[in-house]
Amino acid sequence: MYPILFLSVSGLLMLFLGLGSKKLNLLPVQLICLFIALVLVAVDYGKPGFYFNSMVEITNNTLWVEFTLILVAFLVSAISSKQFDEDNAHPAEYYALMQLSLVGALLMVTFTNYIMLFVGLEILSVGLYVLTGSDKRNLRGNEAAIKYFLMGSFATGILLFGIAMLYGATGNFNLNSGMSQFSLLPEAKIFFYIGMLMISAGLLFKVSAVPFHFWTADVYQGAPSVFTAFMASIVKIAGIIAIYRIFSTGFALEYQIWSKYLAIIAVASIILGNITAVFQDNFKRMLAFSSISQAGFLLLSIIGLGSKTEGNLAFYGLSYGLATVSAFGVYLVVRTNVLENGRPSENINVFNGLFKKNSFLAVVLIISMLSLAGIPLTSGFLSKFFVLNDAAAKGYFYTLIIGVIMSAISLYYYFKPVRAALSNVDVNQQAIVLPFWTQTGLIISTGLTLLLGLAPDLFRSLF
Amino acid sequence: MLTLLVFLLPLTLGLLYIVAKDKIGNISILSKVVAVSLVVLSGFVYNSFTQNLPVLEHKTPWLTAFSVNFHLALDGMSVIFVMLALVISALIVLIVDSIEYKNKGLLIGLICLTTAALVGLFMSKDIFFFYFFFELALLPVYLIANIWGGESASKITFKMLIYTVFGSLLMFVGFVFIYMRAQTADISSLQTTVSLLPASLKTLLFIGFTLAFAIKTPIFPFHTWLPDAYTESPTPATMLLSGLLSKMGIYGILRILVPMAPEGIANYGHILVILAIIGLLYGAIIAVKQGEFKRVLAYSSFSHMGLMAAAALTLSEEGFQGAILQTVAHAFSAVGLFYVAKIVFEKTGSRKLDDLGGLVHKTPKLAVVFMVILLSSVALPLTNAFVGEFLMLKSVFDFNQTLGILAGLSIIFGAVYMLRAYQKVMFGPEKSNFKDFSDIGAKELWVFIPIVLIILFFGLFPQPILDLSSSVFKNISLK
Repeated sequence: MYPILFLSVSGLLMLFLGLGSKKLNLLPVQLICLFIALVLVAVDYGKPGFYFNSMVEITNNTLWVEFTLILVAFLVSAISSKQFDEDNAHPAEYYALMQLSLVGALLMVTFTNYIMLFVGLEILSVGLYVLTGSDKRNLRGNEAAIKYFLMGSFATGILLFGIAMLYGATGNFNLNSGMSQFSLLPEAKIFFYIGMLMISAGLLFKVSAVPFHFWTADVYQGAPSVFTAFMASIVKIAGIIAIYRIFSTGFALEYQIWSKYLAIIAVASIILGNITAVFQDNFKRMLAFSSISQAGFLLLSIIGLGSKTEGNLAFYGLSYGLATVSAFGVYLVVRTNVLENGRPSENINVFNGLFKKNSFLAVVLIISMLSLAGIPLTSGFLSKFFVLNDAAAKGYFYTLIIGVIMSAISLYYYFKPVRAALSNVDVNQQAIVLPFWTQTGLIISTGLTLLLGLAPDLFRSLF
Repeated sequence: MLTLLVFLLPLTLGLLYIVAKDKIGNISILSKVVAVSLVVLSGFVYNSFTQNLPVLEHKTPWLTAFSVNFHLALDGMSVIFVMLALVISALIVLIVDSIEYKNKGLLIGLICLTTAALVGLFMSKDIFFFYFFFELALLPVYLIANIWGGESASKITFKMLIYTVFGSLLMFVGFVFIYMRAQTADISSLQTTVSLLPASLKTLLFIGFTLAFAIKTPIFPFHTWLPDAYTESPTPATMLLSGLLSKMGIYGILRILVPMAPEGIANYGHILVILAIIGLLYGAIIAVKQGEFKRVLAYSSFSHMGLMAAAALTLSEEGFQGAILQTVAHAFSAVGLFYVAKIVFEKTGSRKLDDLGGLVHKTPKLAVVFMVILLSSVALPLTNAFVGEFLMLKSVFDFNQTLGILAGLSIIFGAVYMLRAYQKVMFGPEKSNFKDFSDIGAKELWVFIPIVLIILFFGLFPQPILDLSSSVFKNISLK
């Protein structure tokens, strides 16, 4: 509970830091805030309980998920070093919004009440709508912000409608109200199902699962890259954990019904995300489609609902977040060397010859891509193993086969940046400037990716 | 402890080299130290295995929630393959040392990492780690091919990567499937689980495993990645691929496919044997027509692997023993021949057989070692390949006479393409375009002498390997 309180206050205070001299370097402040939040997670540890009128439930499991979210946010902030140096950037606001969005994400992984889910989702989303459009001179960014805002608010509306339906059916907003729904009148049951459908739709939109994925590519591409990284990692983790919380408690009795549909959605996300990503030459778009397929894999874990699911999701989320941070971190540093129409290029060939220029960045990039592709040695392999194993153990064997075949296909596009980095062309460019905090963030994220890949029990056995 | 050491030593060496990269002062001495330590390690492995010392197993819980253990152990089959991996890697390190490469420290580091992955694979007693190392062994080779190869190497090795990863992912499906049923990842306890499965599922498992190993070995028609990958990759990568990584396929057949899908082999094994024999002949015939030295060797390698796979799949004692003997023999002759090809290319600047000729006058030493390795490659008596080849042909002959006769043809073809290559490179009129061609020196002989000695030694005394591999045959459960 302390991280939520602390980040709400520190986020607001952060806003005021932007009032003074614009040249103030706020990154250390941001990192300190997030670090304190990480420490506060430890303070909360071992003291499970309900807070805010029983609207939020803290257990050791949720604390580890919170830890994951704050850690990823910390790393995203670290790689934003030197990215907001232009005169018309407003780092104080950006950092404040990131912290407040993080509060929303934290509420989404701890709620026990649908109202709290809605509040958390809105806090998370509103901040992100603003951050997406924060680069006002970028037309694509403006387009992305409008698109994300319109579609996002529509999805939230649907979610709210679903919550209302559920309230109508059960008479309260509690997450576990669905557990007693067999005492419902038969007429009320239909509202329960409609509510379930709409809540799923609203949340599946947030994790960009097929068929609610249309916004993903444009928004990922248009948003400033730091916030794309934030969106890709934080929203996906928070969204999937929210889905888990609802489906494992509120809708648990209907497993036989929703698991079939969710399996189709998961498989469709994996197939569509992967196949479309194959044709992308734009790095950010490629990662957008890859994130759609990763959402599919995360959903497979929900299909394999069991005692291990939360641990699997947290592990997958952490490893995906780390890989995303590494990939975007390298991209942010490298792209400034290659301009396209006056803006940093987004084409995958920005990585050309990276290994010769800066082998550290190349190694970070390669490991992050291997992790996303699910190659052993990295945490990505284990996270895929966990979810595929769980889904298959529940009888969804076809998801295992499709997931594995699609993993093989995904190698093709995940290796595009790797091949570019290892190639010999374009070596005579200006030197790459690697800011200290970016380097630190990349070392942490890559180190953890390897550490979790080699010793998964360090994190996995905590659940 | 020893098992862990066997795995950790190449790993640590590899990581140290990669971290140190260019800061190493005298890389030549250090690489010799690496090579010697790998060879000494393989000596320890042999010694403690033959004396039955109780140090051959290491087991730590690794993923408690999924009951996966990091379980390494040495048994008869592992010992042969582990020692092979260590000695061949030592040779490759020495070879790299004798050739000019940029950034040599990184290259040797990556070779050591490949060794670590291979040794890990050969000792894994847990399917999870079997898969883990099976995938992993390819990555350093991929990096070597990309960093030190030309532009075309990137494309071609990428094709190889996708191809083999696709195969191993199918194997992964099989692994997850049986793991789910058994809730254990221990290879020996999984064998009992597999025998309880219904027949249709056993067939599916068989197909998954077969594809993985057929692509890795490769068995016809899954070989299309091989010729280009062997030809275009830089020499260290080619040597790793032909000398060691292709042996992973044979090892997989012996360790996973035969014990875990016996019914599949009983029902469909003959198809695989036929395919392997087709590949054997196909590779040999194509090798005869090749105009490029490295390509001849690539197809010859493919042809040899076909016979090994066919022999292993006949499920006879001769087949197993022959396949294992030939695995060892082929690794040495492949590495030696690719090294000869590299030396010839370095000194003449050409890989085309037609551009070469008459080298024998200027390089008598090279001509001699080339001939010895070549004779091993065509399985002449007194070379180490002869016993293996003989056993393998006998097993195929017992399996089916027609196939045996066809497989026997490969010896003739082998002699044809190898001697043709030898003649084109060494004999004939001297080509004028490489005048300052000198004979090989001490650096090269450091590599060639061990290879020649091993070829002759095991040609005269194959019994040590046969002793080890006969225990393998006892280990593999047969109906």
